[in-house]
Amino acid sequence: MRVVLEMRNISKSFYGNQVLKNVNLTLHEGEVHGLVGENGAGKTTLMNILFGMPVIHSTGGFEGEILIDGERVNIDSPRKAMEYGVGMVHQEFMLIPGFTVTENIKLNREITRENILSKVFGEALRTLDFPAMREDAKKAIGTIGMSIDELAVVAGLPVAHKQFIEIAREIDKKNLKILVLDEPTAVLSESEAEQLLNVIRYLASKGVSILFISHRLSEVLKVSDRITILRDGAVVDSGPASKFTLSEIAEKMVGRKLENLDLPPRTKELSDEDIIMSIRNLRVYMPGETVKDFSIDIRRGEILGIGGLAGHGKLGVANGIAGMYPAEGEVYLEGKPYKLNDASYALRNGVVYLSEDRRGVGLLLDESVEMNIAATAILAFGEFTRRFLFFTLYDRKKIREHAMEMIRKLDIRCKSPSQIVRRLSGGNQQKVCLARAFTLKPKILFVSEPTRGIDVGAKRLVLDYLIELNRKHGVTIVMTSSELAELRSICDRIAIVAEGRLSAVLPPTASDAEFGLAMAGELQGGTQRG
Amino acid sequence: MDKFLEWLKRVDFPTLVISLFLVALFFVAIFVKVPIPSLLSDSIRRIGMNGVLVLAMVPTIRAGVGPNFGLPVGIIGGLLGALISMQLGLSGFLGFWVAVFLSVTICVGIGLGYGWLLEKVRGQEMMVGTYMGYSIVAFMSIMWLMLPFTNPDMVWAIGGKGLRYTLALDKYFGHVLNNFLKFKVGGVEVPTGLILFFAGACLLVYLFFRTKVGLAIDLVGQNEKYAISSGVNPKRARLVAVVLSTVIAGVGIIVYAQSYGFLQLYQAPLFMTFPAVASILIGGASIRRANIRNVVIGTVIFQTLLTISLPVLSQVTRGDVTEVMRLIVSNGMILYALTRAPREAG
Amino acid sequence: MEKLKKVLISYAVPIFFSILCVSAVLVAKIPPLFLASEIVRRLSRNTFLVLSLIIPIVAGLGLNFGIVLGAMAAQAALFFVVDWKIKGIPGVLVACLMASAISVVLGWLAGLVLNKAKGREMITSMILGFFANGIYQLIFLFFVGSIIPYRTRQFLLPEGVGLRNTVDLYGTVASVLNNAWVVQIGTIRVFILPLLIVGLLCLFITFLFKTKLGQDIRAVGQDMHIAEVAGIDVNKVRIIAIVISTVLAAIGQVIYLQDIGTINTYNSHEQIGLFSIAALLVGGATTRKATIWNAIIGVLLFHTLFVVAPSAGNRLFGQPQVGEFFREFLAYAVIAFALAMHGWRTKRILM
Repeated sequence: MRVVLEMRNISKSFYGNQVLKNVNLTLHEGEVHGLVGENGAGKTTLMNILFGMPVIHSTGGFEGEILIDGERVNIDSPRKAMEYGVGMVHQEFMLIPGFTVTENIKLNREITRENILSKVFGEALRTLDFPAMREDAKKAIGTIGMSIDELAVVAGLPVAHKQFIEIAREIDKKNLKILVLDEPTAVLSESEAEQLLNVIRYLASKGVSILFISHRLSEVLKVSDRITILRDGAVVDSGPASKFTLSEIAEKMVGRKLENLDLPPRTKELSDEDIIMSIRNLRVYMPGETVKDFSIDIRRGEILGIGGLAGHGKLGVANGIAGMYPAEGEVYLEGKPYKLNDASYALRNGVVYLSEDRRGVGLLLDESVEMNIAATAILAFGEFTRRFLFFTLYDRKKIREHAMEMIRKLDIRCKSPSQIVRRLSGGNQQKVCLARAFTLKPKILFVSEPTRGIDVGAKRLVLDYLIELNRKHGVTIVMTSSELAELRSICDRIAIVAEGRLSAVLPPTASDAEFGLAMAGELQGGTQRG
Repeated sequence: MDKFLEWLKRVDFPTLVISLFLVALFFVAIFVKVPIPSLLSDSIRRIGMNGVLVLAMVPTIRAGVGPNFGLPVGIIGGLLGALISMQLGLSGFLGFWVAVFLSVTICVGIGLGYGWLLEKVRGQEMMVGTYMGYSIVAFMSIMWLMLPFTNPDMVWAIGGKGLRYTLALDKYFGHVLNNFLKFKVGGVEVPTGLILFFAGACLLVYLFFRTKVGLAIDLVGQNEKYAISSGVNPKRARLVAVVLSTVIAGVGIIVYAQSYGFLQLYQAPLFMTFPAVASILIGGASIRRANIRNVVIGTVIFQTLLTISLPVLSQVTRGDVTEVMRLIVSNGMILYALTRAPREAG
Repeated sequence: MEKLKKVLISYAVPIFFSILCVSAVLVAKIPPLFLASEIVRRLSRNTFLVLSLIIPIVAGLGLNFGIVLGAMAAQAALFFVVDWKIKGIPGVLVACLMASAISVVLGWLAGLVLNKAKGREMITSMILGFFANGIYQLIFLFFVGSIIPYRTRQFLLPEGVGLRNTVDLYGTVASVLNNAWVVQIGTIRVFILPLLIVGLLCLFITFLFKTKLGQDIRAVGQDMHIAEVAGIDVNKVRIIAIVISTVLAAIGQVIYLQDIGTINTYNSHEQIGLFSIAALLVGGATTRKATIWNAIIGVLLFHTLFVVAPSAGNRLFGQPQVGEFFREFLAYAVIAFALAMHGWRTKRILM
């Protein structure tokens, strides 16, 4: 079969963080190719490169080459991509809400006719030929098999319709060769998703090649001819769909590097009777990481891991407990009822949260290292202050002393405590976050994605510090991570979240297959073990 | 030398141009034999009298609300305080402090209302603030005609009803700060009281931003999510910032009026806003970050520029060229600040 | 019931203003025929300017406070038409051509500036207007008569440099368009030519939004990012929108000034920006949506109020000045309200 698309040795970094490493992808005519991987694995970036999205070119472009029909192409804008026959249905809808279905399908490809003014002033003043546009729109919608009024204004339509209109827009492009679908079934019901898969099969039979990105692994297996698995920006495996099972895919997506660590012993053994926090039926409304029903008992002094596939809710748990996103449910801290949706309450009761969004939530990028470490403590506990006349002011000297101590302890590489945090490397920024967390004297520390975007050496240090906090200072740690290996290296138990619910609690020594199945939500008898 | 070049690179282009222009004017002044001591006296006086109004910009910028284009709201509060003090016939320092006290009280009230409104239009504060300012000034113009003030120094001689456009303060609190401990050195007159007051106001604001409340405001302006995760209520923090800005504006207009010797009503408050915004921006502040140093440096540069340009340029052309220059410089500076790309978030 | 509530809210401003107008008219006791003839005259005089605001709103640039630049271009052109003593229709044509040429350049520059301030277009165009006003004053107070030759001494300041506060158009282009074709209905004089020109503009705007350019403008106005991804040159479309608006504003100002008969050198352009924007908003437009009817109804309501306010003020408070301040207050308050609604709605979308 003819090769339609080749992406060779694609690499891409964002601000020094390498997101794609030498990725190779081949697509044949009429093939449906499934692309799977964690969030952050690089799938969307790879597709943005193929589609010439502005975000790629405004951050330094990419390395490697793209060949379409055997010829090298330089795609530096969506318009170019479209000229080459690449169409993309994005994860966020690219529909103009105030326009009709027809206008959206024909956006910037409208059919026009000449008139007097356009003869004088140029093409821009050609009149729109609405009847002809409606015809085309009706045809495209017909191919999909949904009944959508082509004159309806998009704003009021149900979400599933919007998804299909996006696809209709791409189908309407006469030169469509390659169609990229990024999470097209995320908002569809089962029957609608089935319809979509039929559309995909139909298009493939007509010679259109399809790149299908999805977290719904069963769908990917159902409809794809071949599958590529990405992890940490590199291709982990690739081949015909028939060669993969569901749990194999899940397993490969999250990795299996197992480091044997000798963990220091505890002074006090963990006990099921000594529970520091009890969570019942937690619901968290965090867009993209919704938690539907999560319950667990956290033992005092343990290191509990929370893992799972992206988008299934593992990040939502910590965010909900910390009060960053609206949450419901019953939570008890040391036997007493714990108030949700109140960040201040959390801090005052020793519940400290280190966000996965380090740059967005965890740091004041344009402030000094010392202020970043101290600010929250000053606000929540009045630490590092002194009285001056009738004011209570923060004391620069005390802040500096404390910062120096933390810099030494955590080996934060910076020119001075007054250096602006934005200038530090990812690893050192994370250490500043840890210093901030420690300054808040946590009883229980929720930390999410602690080593994301950090170089190998610093990773080790961060994990070691967490262990020290736990063993030496008795801090209970709840660590959420998409790197299973990291969880298995320091956690006592690992809770896996699938589809917003607790799927299983496994010991670090459980097999890869068990983890894979738990993440796919298919582990039988997923009970609390270990 | 390297360090100097480093620092030079970080200074805004317009600030550099304006400063160089200022230096050039200074040399021309010496050359054209304009008496320098009187230039310096005037400059110092104008710096002191305008400084507090510029200071009012700091809280709202730091809170992420942008420069307070609704400055007239606070100014009206200050004017009301001053008018009541005059109506009561109080003079000298008593009149001044009573005016300040009344102004602060009134401004807290209107500041709360204004802050509530700004919160509802979060993201468009600059525009809404500007037009709120215009509306309030127009509305108060009607009120000045109808409020029941009776002091003959304040109302129109004919008819006896309605306040005049400009009220003379010499029998009240005019020049009280300026004259306090004033002295002359080398021909330059230093209005000690005025400078002390400005310095004191700066100190108070500086200290405020080192308290927990001030820190909370800073955090909200820098990274709202970080602030929330530190237990701060962003709405409340911004409200405090707006109230503080309004209060400072109220005090600022009283300081200005006592130095000028006249209280100006009707359209006058509108002309105080843009110079104050431009001053702090010239001093190195941006739409999102400002500190006391920006206030002082900006006020010094802008006011000195206006002071020197009049006698110097009037040798070449008509005197009203300074008014045009003021328009171009202040609006040009604000335009520059608005078109700078916002700092990359993450 | 729900629908009625929705209608009331979205047309809150015009409804409120209609009530205000009617009350003011009743209070002021102005002879209806006089009022009618004033309204007709203002319709033919001011509508063009208000219409020039529509395209930037549709393009997502909000209220174009920068129409002041077009007005300044018109005045600059007229100053020279007066100096070169070009009379009648040719004078108007020359003024329009010159003003348009200047406006294209100014509009292009304004567009460049606004593209650098995405998300802050309104405050930026406002400050840009003030800045341009400074340059305008520099030119017409200090350069005219010195660097720029100007022979009509009666309009120069005593020293020969700088224009006076008022420049007469009598004898050159005053009332030229008005008098070209007058129809008398009873005691009301209707100036047909300006009204025809306004009608032509309405047709042009309607036509524009049926073309490819118009569609691009609408797309960019609704969502810049999506338009860009679809391949539309967003920056170029925005600049075109501002250029068109500025040119239209210039022509509109020429129409306005020929009716007034004198140019208030340092004030006409400032006020006209404020009142045109207020009028459009009174007619029901918002910072994101504007139609031709908003312009026409707005001029009707706003200028009715304008005419009757001083008398109403006099009758209610004994001071006509109150009426004048009240006019200004209304103009500002209407804009403040529209901006507040814009901010409130934008905040809700982002929540």
